[in-house]
Amino acid sequence: MKILVCISQVPDTTTKVTFTDNNTKFNTQGVQFIINPYDELALTRALEITEKSGGTVSTITVGLADTEASIRKALAIGAHNAVRVNAEPIDAYFVAEQIANYAKNEGFDLIFTGRESIDYNGGMVAGLLGEMLNIPSVNVITSIEIENGNAILERDIDGGREKLTAKLPCVVSAQKELTEPRIPNMRGIMAARTKPLQVIEASGSQANTQTVSFELPAPKGACKLIDAADAGKLIDLLHNEAKVI
Amino acid sequence: MNIIVFAENQDGVFKKSSFEAVSYASQIAAQHGSQVTAVSIGNVAAEKLADLGTYGADVVLQYNSDIFSQFTGEAYSKALAHASKHKGADLIIISNTYSGKMIAPRVAAKLNAGMVSGVISMPDTSNGFKVKRSVFSGKSFADVSINTSVKVISITPNSFSIVENQKAASVETMDAGLTTTDINTQTVEVARATGKIPLTEAELVVSGGRGMKGPENWHLIETLADTLGAATACSKPVSDIHWRPHSEHVGQTGITIKPNLYIAIGISGAIQHLAGVSSSKVIVAINKDPEAPFFKAADYGIVGDAFEVLPKIIEAAKALKSA
Ligand SMILES: Cc1cc2nc3c(=O)[nH]c(=O)nc-3n(C[C@H](O)[C@H](O)[C@H](O)COP(=O)(O)OP(=O)(O)OC[C@H]3O[C@@H](n4cnc5c(N)ncnc54)[C@H](O)[C@@H]3O)c2cc1C
Ligand SMILES: Nc1ncnc2c1ncn2[C@@H]1O[C@H](COP(=O)(O)O)[C@@H](O)[C@H]1O
Repeated sequence: MKILVCISQVPDTTTKVTFTDNNTKFNTQGVQFIINPYDELALTRALEITEKSGGTVSTITVGLADTEASIRKALAIGAHNAVRVNAEPIDAYFVAEQIANYAKNEGFDLIFTGRESIDYNGGMVAGLLGEMLNIPSVNVITSIEIENGNAILERDIDGGREKLTAKLPCVVSAQKELTEPRIPNMRGIMAARTKPLQVIEASGSQANTQTVSFELPAPKGACKLIDAADAGKLIDLLHNEAKVI
Repeated sequence: MNIIVFAENQDGVFKKSSFEAVSYASQIAAQHGSQVTAVSIGNVAAEKLADLGTYGADVVLQYNSDIFSQFTGEAYSKALAHASKHKGADLIIISNTYSGKMIAPRVAAKLNAGMVSGVISMPDTSNGFKVKRSVFSGKSFADVSINTSVKVISITPNSFSIVENQKAASVETMDAGLTTTDINTQTVEVARATGKIPLTEAELVVSGGRGMKGPENWHLIETLADTLGAATACSKPVSDIHWRPHSEHVGQTGITIKPNLYIAIGISGAIQHLAGVSSSKVIVAINKDPEAPFFKAADYGIVGDAFEVLPKIIEAAKALKSA
């Protein structure tokens, strides 16, 4: 098995989001960056698969040099080698095209992405990549096993769960429950220093969407407190004042 | 502007999110004097297809060969791209449901179209084409422009109202010319909780956190939810320790929801939890700690013990519903 895991770097979940340059740029001042949590699950599951039945796990990240700490962490968790496409990840289409350009000649059996990045929440890379490589793509998988050249999958659907099979090669996007994330150990961290991290230049396209500006949600008005002894009044307020029930 | 909208059905019945999408499309069409073509894939009865006219579809294209009897991202995206080419569409609208998320990016790649997902505004076409989407799991919003001639947008369910705009929708039966060799995935089993409102589609949500003390107390959450006709949700630790299924976990690393009403009971209101629920229209926090951060994000609050407060609320809710 030759597996590729797409790793994006995102602000830590505790980040208080603010913007600069007249609300056109995310303010990275004091922000800690981490591997997107879903990508970490994807990586761990990929490693479990190769540990069971052999193979290699490569990672790919579209990003500038400041993503290398996260890439080294992925190597410390256990990825065998990593590729960085040296470009600003302008939009999902651009990112998917860079990954597709790299993957098309590498013969991967399986490509993982995360369900979505927790900053942009696009959830688009898996489908774009599947189409660009002309292979199936299956979103939000909660389970994957490989049997006889097929992926046996479970995925979330509206109001439930679906079991399906997909012929390899295919793209899947990782959802919570897939596995528990691994924490790198000392040996892994040492080994990561000398594992191959190849940097390649971007190829082809331009972005076809552009984030023009950001906006923070309007601050909430004061919370209206209801006396606990008279808690039933809540229902009255929701019905007659808020008119939501 | 030539508009295509995907009308998704579940077991032959159009989803509420589909009517939202058709209504959304028809409002754009009205502004631009253009047509709305709704695309139905799979087996839907003729009179149901005509329902799409109620919300402003001028034409309904129906794809209903055997290949569509199970949902696959490959076949459904091919049919939608086929319809888009057939109509020379320049805007394709898809609701951001689980199925919508599978097919929208594939359609975009097929049509070399710029795509924006999770859209929560009507497009601003005064200068190009710009839409608003939520980013950072609801912690903020972004205005994004699309520069390509063909555009794909997926809209967030529960963000737009269903609006009647009666049109005499004509139905055309289409053939995308697909064979089984076009499909490399195979559905084995579909399991849906029956009689439960899916969290992603729910207008009302009752949610519990670690303050509920244990799974044996969830009957309180469920009774309130059932009485109101709400779905149930929970915080991350609650699903991590298996008090509740993972599918109920909301927040930055769970599901992002946008109901009309979110009632949070025994949930502290950590930033990662709020990220997934803060776009709810009305938020109620019930917590015994007056300093709980949730009160800063809530419209209504009750400082008190959930086990004393909930029976009172349930009683009032039952009285309202039986009135
Ligand atoms: C990377 C990362 C991602 C995360 N993602 C998410 C996420 O997506 N969703 C999420 O929910 N969390 C997430 N978290 C966890 C988050 O930080 C909080 O730990 C979590 O939301 C707390 O859950 P809780 O409020 O149920 O529990 P607690 O923090 O333990 O709070 C329990 C609350 O119940 C109240 N309480 C106790 N007893 C009663 C009673 N009898 N009556 C009324 N109130 C009572 C307490 O005052 C307290 O406020 C994430 C954390 C990390 C690090
Ligand atoms: N810059 C990037 N480099 C590599 N993979 C990425 C990048 N951005 C997104 N991805 C992958 O695509 C998934 C979905 O991202 P998004 O479409 O931004 O929600 C992520 O979980 C990653 O696996």
